[in-house]
Amino acid sequence: MSAGPEFDRTALDRILAAHQGRSGALIPVLQETQETYGYLPRPALAIIARSLGMPVSRVYGVATFYAQFHLKPRGRHIVRVCLGTACHVRGGERILEQLSASLGVAPGDTTGDLLFTLEKVACLGACGLSPTMMVDQATYGRLTPRAALDVLERYRRGAAEVAT
Amino acid sequence: MTSAHRLTLRDLPAYRTGCEQGYRLQPGQVVILVGLATCGLAAGGADVAAAIREELASRQPEVCAAGRQVEVRSTGCLGLCEQEVLVDVHFAGQPRLTYAHVTPDLARRIVAEHVVGGRPIENRIIGRIEDEDHPYKDQTACAKQVRIVLANCGFIDPERIEHYVARGGYAGLERVLQGLSPAGVIAEVKVSGLRGRGGAGFPTGLKWEFAARAAGDKKYVVCNADEGDPGAFMDRSVLEGDPHAVIEGMLIGAYAIGADEGYIYCRAEYPLAIKRLRVAIEQAEALGLLGRNILGTGFGFELHIKEGAGAFVCGEETALMASIMGLRGTPRPRPPFPANRGLWDKPTNINNVETWANVPRILVRGGAWFAGIGTERSKGTKVFALTGKIRNTGLAEVPMGITLREIVYEIGGGIQNDRQYKAVQIGGPSGGCMPASLLDTPVDYDSLVAAGAMMGSGGMVVVDEGTCMVDLARFFMAFVQSESCGKCPPCRVGTRLMLETLERICAGEGQPGDIDWLVDMGRKIKAFSLCGLGQTAPNPVLTTIQYFRDEYEAHIRDKTCPAGVCPALVSFGVIADKCKGCGRCIKVCPSGAASGKLKEVHSIDAALCIRCGACFEACKFEAIERGQPAAAPAEVAG
Ligand SMILES: Cc1cc2nc3c(=O)[nH]c(=O)nc-3n(C[C@H](O)[C@H](O)[C@H](O)COP(=O)(O)O)c2cc1C
Ligand code: FES
Repeated sequence: MSAGPEFDRTALDRILAAHQGRSGALIPVLQETQETYGYLPRPALAIIARSLGMPVSRVYGVATFYAQFHLKPRGRHIVRVCLGTACHVRGGERILEQLSASLGVAPGDTTGDLLFTLEKVACLGACGLSPTMMVDQATYGRLTPRAALDVLERYRRGAAEVAT
Repeated sequence: MTSAHRLTLRDLPAYRTGCEQGYRLQPGQVVILVGLATCGLAAGGADVAAAIREELASRQPEVCAAGRQVEVRSTGCLGLCEQEVLVDVHFAGQPRLTYAHVTPDLARRIVAEHVVGGRPIENRIIGRIEDEDHPYKDQTACAKQVRIVLANCGFIDPERIEHYVARGGYAGLERVLQGLSPAGVIAEVKVSGLRGRGGAGFPTGLKWEFAARAAGDKKYVVCNADEGDPGAFMDRSVLEGDPHAVIEGMLIGAYAIGADEGYIYCRAEYPLAIKRLRVAIEQAEALGLLGRNILGTGFGFELHIKEGAGAFVCGEETALMASIMGLRGTPRPRPPFPANRGLWDKPTNINNVETWANVPRILVRGGAWFAGIGTERSKGTKVFALTGKIRNTGLAEVPMGITLREIVYEIGGGIQNDRQYKAVQIGGPSGGCMPASLLDTPVDYDSLVAAGAMMGSGGMVVVDEGTCMVDLARFFMAFVQSESCGKCPPCRVGTRLMLETLERICAGEGQPGDIDWLVDMGRKIKAFSLCGLGQTAPNPVLTTIQYFRDEYEAHIRDKTCPAGVCPALVSFGVIADKCKGCGRCIKVCPSGAASGKLKEVHSIDAALCIRCGACFEACKFEAIERGQPAAAPAEVAG
């Protein structure tokens, strides 16, 4: 987890090799890099630019344009609270406020123990069960602030079990 | 799974017959269907499916003794989100029975009593399906629905191509490859009158014709699965529940315009849809239905999936193509249209998920059949996502031309908790609000535009008296403002200014003249923006002003929020006579403002209260009072 001063590029080289020469590879490369490293480390962006034969500015331009890319390290679990229309009219903000208060982080930030990153998202496509949120790849619906907290508690316990 | 071998056109009918036999229930067979699309999973479907499997395993001897062969099948979404988790039990030769709101405990009982014991738990059954083409046809919510796009959703296992084929899948492609010319395919689509389901409603056949005529040896087709409208999920349901329908539609479109390569651009927020598309593509390739030399005819088509990266504007076709090419997803002016210069400057035809999913059915049943459904200028059906304060949230596929009232009250079951209908927001951030006076509007492309809204993607968010229309307008403006790509000033700057004004109004700092200014600015942004995002961004504000002007005036002139939503304009207190001291408000209060001992009158600390209204909604005794905030001392003095 700890991002030492040395950037380990083995995994990145593997990703780049798989995409070499394919047109339009930049976004998939960034997606896979982020999946592997958890975020887009700065040294990685320079290596990607060199390998795909484009200026670093273009890589930055794309990485900062899309909401999905992150230039800062993120938590082990990504919590995304839906603030789409359906969730808005059924109290999605309240879920976000509650989680923000109990995790002690603002939306977009990561807890000190690097366990959770709290984010907002506009629609998870489960609007019929609003308000909703997603933790990593799992979607949770019909939430109340209390139920949302309970979900995170399960992940916290899961993390503790893995750690011990 | 059976090891696949590549099919030829000649083998396909025999292969289909085999699939049909496998799909049909044999005597003694029982299928338990669990809805495991995102909505089913979000409601806890995975735990329910696990409980069913466990219970079955532990009762294996009884199951065998009863002479039953039980299969647990995961399916897509039937459209009844409100009722999730849904579990159906289907005995061969009998109607399929549906259980709603299934918990792991109920699931175990269903296995023990119904599947093994043969005794349905009658009081937990919400409906029966006798005919897969008309599910629950005896119920008001379903009687008026017509399932073309959703025909397979909730029936087949989307990860098994045999199921799709058994239900008539790839028969459209078969007909095309058997002897229709590309021009013949386009003619059939033109006869159908199909118009794009991605928002603007452009005639699909005509669009294909442009791409077919465009000069070029390399052409592409694209599926727009970005579904950016926050409050819409019909495309997700189709992708998760019937991915092959989209793939087959694209194959037919590629054949018609002369393309040999295609992309499905799917938003990354839909991991399950992406996974199921991957499985579907693999299975179609293995059978020779996709890839090189399809069905031995020499026609080839290679299909890729691109994951979106979280930008609403990438749903706009030129931005989407930029994103596929690995660039920042900003739109460019049209013309040139994608039909002439699209991906890598080659002719490209782009359609929405639902548009593509209609295509195979049109080729099987004929354009004239499709044109017989709907209205004069809007043919076929449209899938709507009903959400918000409506009783039956979920999906509804209805013939074009049905009225809003029928959708909201018959299919949607009316407003939750018998509250008062206020409006339905159609078309997402590009659409508008339809008040009660417009409930009899027929839902088709042209009538909605005439009312100031638009079909958009098909998201319908129903709101009641507890929703503030100014806040809703502010919500959409905040959304488009943050999603504006920033390329053109009318959109980038104009939406920011409109948002600031709306925020001021919601904060109780509105000024006389604000409303007219919003209308004027909204018109300018619509007239001068580069792409559809800006050209439609003011719609939610303009329609709420048109139909709910008095609410704006209450905020500005009286400094009140009639719906009690805008935090600066409300306060909450406990009505002592009505409070039973039940503790519900304390439980739901996120800021610790509500307090009190059990069975004693509670209270709300105004200093801690964040005015979210949770207590107001939670109280069973109407003991929470919503009023105007006490005027600040400075104002009283001033
Ligand atoms: C800001 C903006 C967002 C859009 N988002 C989507 C979308 O999420 N899905 C979609 O199918 N079309 C979307 N469109 C419409 C597309 O540009 C395009 O018209 C559509 O994909 C064409 O397909 P169709 O003819 O089958 O409707 C959007 C348009 C604009 C201006
Ligand atoms: S609006 Fe929240 S899931 Fe769609």
